[in-house]
Amino acid sequence: MMNNAFSRSATTALHYELLHQTPLGPQHVSSSKTATLLIEEKLERQSQLALKVGDTVQAGQKITPFTDRPSYTIASVTGTVAAIRPMPGDFGKHLTAIDITLAGAEETAEGPGEMTPTMTTLSEWLAGAPGKPPLHLFQSSEHGIHTLVVAGVDADLLVATNQFVIKSEMHAVNRGIDILKEATGVKRIAIAVPRDLVQGFGHTGADELKAISSAYPAASPKLIIYEAFGQEIPAGKTCEELGFAFFSAEAVASIGKAFDTGRVPFEKVVTLVDKQGRKTMVSARIGTPVADVLAAHGITTGDMDRLILGGPMTGSAIYDDQMPIQADTDAILVQDAGDVSLVSDYPCINCGECVRACPARIQVNMLVRFLEAGQYEDGADLYDLYSCVDCGLCSFVCVAQIPIFQYIKLAKYELSRLTAAEASDAQ
Amino acid sequence: MRSEKMFIVSHAPFWHNGSNVAERQFGMLLAAMPAVALGIVHYGMPAVAVIALSISSAIFWEWLMNRLTKRTITVADGNAALLGLLFAMLIPATTPWWVVLAGTFIMMVIGKHIYGGIGSNPFHPTVVAIMILSVSWGAFFDFNGALVNYDFSFNAIYPLTASKNLGPAALNDFSTLNLLMGRQVGGIGATFGFGLIGGGLYLIAKRYIRWEIALSFLLGIFLAALVFHLAAPDKYAGPVFHLLTGYTLVGAFFLLPEDSSSPVNPLPMLIYGVSAGVLTILIRNIGVYTDGVLLAVLLMNLVNPLLDKIRPKALGKVG
Repeated sequence: MMNNAFSRSATTALHYELLHQTPLGPQHVSSSKTATLLIEEKLERQSQLALKVGDTVQAGQKITPFTDRPSYTIASVTGTVAAIRPMPGDFGKHLTAIDITLAGAEETAEGPGEMTPTMTTLSEWLAGAPGKPPLHLFQSSEHGIHTLVVAGVDADLLVATNQFVIKSEMHAVNRGIDILKEATGVKRIAIAVPRDLVQGFGHTGADELKAISSAYPAASPKLIIYEAFGQEIPAGKTCEELGFAFFSAEAVASIGKAFDTGRVPFEKVVTLVDKQGRKTMVSARIGTPVADVLAAHGITTGDMDRLILGGPMTGSAIYDDQMPIQADTDAILVQDAGDVSLVSDYPCINCGECVRACPARIQVNMLVRFLEAGQYEDGADLYDLYSCVDCGLCSFVCVAQIPIFQYIKLAKYELSRLTAAEASDAQ
Repeated sequence: MRSEKMFIVSHAPFWHNGSNVAERQFGMLLAAMPAVALGIVHYGMPAVAVIALSISSAIFWEWLMNRLTKRTITVADGNAALLGLLFAMLIPATTPWWVVLAGTFIMMVIGKHIYGGIGSNPFHPTVVAIMILSVSWGAFFDFNGALVNYDFSFNAIYPLTASKNLGPAALNDFSTLNLLMGRQVGGIGATFGFGLIGGGLYLIAKRYIRWEIALSFLLGIFLAALVFHLAAPDKYAGPVFHLLTGYTLVGAFFLLPEDSSSPVNPLPMLIYGVSAGVLTILIRNIGVYTDGVLLAVLLMNLVNPLLDKIRPKALGKVG
């Protein structure tokens, strides 16, 4: 990695790659035997289920497994339910997994058919569509979204999914934008695309085109708002609290396609990066096990390799290659055991590289001292924990190889639990 | 349906730029080599003995402290070796063995490990050691006395003594080229101008030190010395003389920018460097000490935590 001594920022070394030509593909991958659908609900012993093992489901069928909760998923395959099981998610989340054994012949369920562009229709059918449109932002009036940003850029490195979608499915994206305009009533819709590709977007349904720098992490939502819209998100606030809703290009394309065809799409575009760093655009149904995608592309894995859903800076490592592709799985990254970078328990030597690298101007060297000691509140009050935009550059450049980013995420999580506990005590 | 493979699961990011602590220390050892080599050429085997004893005893004290405090043995990170070498670079080649042992003990134990080891020392350990020793046994650190038995091909008076006691008129032998070529007496590794500048540029290019600190220190020395020189040219030596004598260059590249005891924010780094430079010249020209670098480094180390509170406003910070 190149180091530039005189630049204030070490981030000059990390750049998003551009898809200059519309690449071939995506190459389709099918599930071999099973598919697993995930629902963000906690499965408990006493949960009332509307679905049981042995039930048959058809591709395109809407499944609402809990009788008392509205969460749903769209079956992406035809087959029988083999298991309904609880699954732990990151940071204390609880998921419910529905394993489906594929039937020989595919039967397709009737989709929503002719749809009217309203929020009700959208959230009834498309909340789990590829790209995972954040429709919930429009359901409560508390946010007051005034600007909808269609991200034709990918926030993490190596990932090219949304760049790919906006180049190859511009028609569907435009259709989606029209529908979103009508359904949400949002006045201002902007498309964010890489600066170098901006000329390629002459006519879009959007009101504005925003050019995003290629220097990592310029494509992360908070920095897009800061740099392209000139607004600084107050520390601790979210983009939606300021009235910005981010939709990935793929999510918007999914909406467009659903209205064009009368069916909810379930083919997810995924950037597959193999051990040599070669990139392939793959499309697979939501629920397809990661192992099937790897097998279809001849990628073998072994002990001590690392499998990552998402990009190299902010993705999450998985422990099981049977994990399914989800609506927001933009990339699968495979690292060979020899390339796995590890962290250390060395103390901070105060070299200042993290301070130079931080796009949020946080004094990370001091922050990490508080976080290492578990003093999360002091870290937030004195050293700007909540200004962090979660880019991971501090860990990337850390000479002592301290897992700084992990400390930051842990601190934010612990503090959110504390706030939640205080709020429930107060009631 | 679990797979049998054991994957590594860890938190993002999954890439690292490859830098590490040991690489940094060994890079600094490498950068010091030209200056040390000329010291060995000038002072011969006694210099080799001092360097060897200093490095090995520093490593020994580090190992001992690791054992006593029941911590991981950190000798392999190269920091003890680096501090040992820096200590040897600052002292005369004739320093007795027991002074070296006492010095490295002070450096490693009082300067570094009682604060918690690498990254936690508020002062540069080597500077702490030399300052304590020169208060206790000042005679060993007087270069004129210590090196009196050597027969050099150049003027063997310590340049700063000459400037302080005899005035700029006595400095004719110390041309800029002579100083850059190391034709002056002083610490084993502190006199070779070209060597130290080359090493320093290497450190800056590799990002092993913060360039803002080194350059602003040199700027501070230059400006302060220039003011004195312009005010009274017959009393005070010129800025270039001050840049190339005493501990100026070794201080700029090896002492002042030490990671743990120096600031990391942009403005504080500049204030820290310039102030240390100005202090050095004040001490040299007005104070009682011959060289002011070590005292200036210690004083600026002291105010470093306060200085580093001046920082840019974080993203989204209100008020």
